[in-house]
Amino acid sequence: MSEALLSIRDVSLSFKGIKALTAISFDVADGEICALIGPNGAGKSSLLNVINGVYRSDRGELTFAGKALRRPRPRLAARLGIGRTFQNNALFKRLTVLDNVLAGLTRKARASLLEHTFRVGRSASESRHFRELAEDTIAFLEIEAYRDWIVGQLPYGLQKRVELARALVSRPRLLLLDEPMAGMNHDEKQEISRFILDVNRDLKTTIVLIEHDIGVVMGLSDHVVVLDYGRKIGDGSPQEVRDNPDVVTAYLGTVH
Amino acid sequence: MTALAAPAPPETVESPEVLRRWRVGPLAIAGLVLAFYALGFVVHDYWFNAILIPFLIMALAGLGLNLLTGYAGQASLGTGAFMSVGAFATYNVLLRLPDLPLPVSLVIGGLFGALAGVIFGLPSLRIKGFYLTASTLAAQFFLPWLFNQYGWFSNYTTSGSISAPKLVFLGADLSTPLGRYLLTLTSVVILTWLAWNLVTSQVGRNWMAIRDMDTAAAVAGIPIAFNKLASFAISSFIIAIAGALWAFAYLGTVDARSFDLDRSFTVLFIIIIGGMGSIAGAFIGSAFVILVPILISNVSANLFAGAIDAGQSENLQKILFGALIVYFLIKEPNGLYALLLRARRRLALWPLKS
Repeated sequence: MSEALLSIRDVSLSFKGIKALTAISFDVADGEICALIGPNGAGKSSLLNVINGVYRSDRGELTFAGKALRRPRPRLAARLGIGRTFQNNALFKRLTVLDNVLAGLTRKARASLLEHTFRVGRSASESRHFRELAEDTIAFLEIEAYRDWIVGQLPYGLQKRVELARALVSRPRLLLLDEPMAGMNHDEKQEISRFILDVNRDLKTTIVLIEHDIGVVMGLSDHVVVLDYGRKIGDGSPQEVRDNPDVVTAYLGTVH
Repeated sequence: MTALAAPAPPETVESPEVLRRWRVGPLAIAGLVLAFYALGFVVHDYWFNAILIPFLIMALAGLGLNLLTGYAGQASLGTGAFMSVGAFATYNVLLRLPDLPLPVSLVIGGLFGALAGVIFGLPSLRIKGFYLTASTLAAQFFLPWLFNQYGWFSNYTTSGSISAPKLVFLGADLSTPLGRYLLTLTSVVILTWLAWNLVTSQVGRNWMAIRDMDTAAAVAGIPIAFNKLASFAISSFIIAIAGALWAFAYLGTVDARSFDLDRSFTVLFIIIIGGMGSIAGAFIGSAFVILVPILISNVSANLFAGAIDAGQSENLQKILFGALIVYFLIKEPNGLYALLLRARRRLALWPLKS
């Protein structure tokens, strides 16, 4: 693998004295699929929230694409090219699928408020360009048929795909997926896995994902990081992690 | 184990229940605008002040509030206050810079409204919902009080109520009922077009995204603070021009008392009744709020003539009006605009499916 796109050094996070993350360090190589696994409450989602600035870590450093992220905020992270989906869908539920996807393009917007108000300058060409990008992504994720639907009325699995489309449409360098397959059946998981692989290979997007289904994780990822009680207990290829006794203990428990 | 696995649930996807927007062609819009201009030349003078002018101005105020509340999701009870800023600012510009053309004075009045909107919108960066509504109430109590308290704003008129200066544009006297109507209609047409441009652009999409879920909007790269303040500025700009028109084209006087909390509530009712987050909703709601009381009073005057005294009939009208609002909101919480869309869809399918 090539050099690290994201490197996490010694990151700690606590909520009112309760430690959520303790001295986490690892690298995500450019172009890989990295899976974060661990039992419930291990701090996986918190770590994603630290990476894109929803939470502010107490200590530690983040480096993204060679630059230190000193004070990450959600919008700054988005501008730098970090896309994100949430565990419980965070869509704009009264907007259509198309509008949701278009909203994901704001970080690329250059036309000003006044240009839009008077329909002059870059307003029209940008709208056209955005529409093309959105349609491409909608086609890529095979949700054309639902383009004009209000997302609040789509079934859960499709909503997850719309959220992926919204994160993907601005072509982020790094995509953080929080349980993209939660609540799905086997077929749907296969389908999403295929999309994730396509995104990774065709669009060269580096992916960090959280997933509970170990079978899926082992098949999908190049690199697995295991968290337990806010600490990193395993880090390596799927094979290495599977053979790691600490990981086995965390998942299966110890013999008493 | 596999034998026990539940079969995949069937795709229970039905046709979209939430109604699509009514895609009206530009020709239909142009026809409607022309019809309104033509109306000015055929109706009796009574119509201007009784119906047409207040309908248009309140629709404009509703449009302004709908941008803020319906699109950007920021609740406000400061509409009356922002209207008063427009009225007093435009009055002072007309008074102190009489050489400026009327449209420029109106725009300057609107800009002062935008400034007031941004200042009183600053709390929206920290607070939401009821708490934000309470902070816009501060604007509602403070600004009209300010204009009443300091004589400078009303050019030291003793009564606190001042008659509007003459409205002249390009040598034409706009003080006649028709002139005031044309001034109002033209302002409404231009501002509605600009608002339409905004809400159908990436800006409008960003506002609705913030309304639906602000954390997700930030993660998607949408600048939250800028968009909230921009929605306050643009909404207050439009509301301030509505206030200036209310004073100059409708009442003929500038009086802080005509921009009280009641005014704010009326505009809020307009967008609730007409439809949150739709431009047509502001016009439908305004028509309802202006026309229904006239209708009720005409009907009651004819039906119960002499049976009930005037004071009681006025109270009855208010009760009836309130009951109608409640009824409509129960029938269609998304306002009359949604009711209209539903009716249209039913009619489109009518012979095939009732």
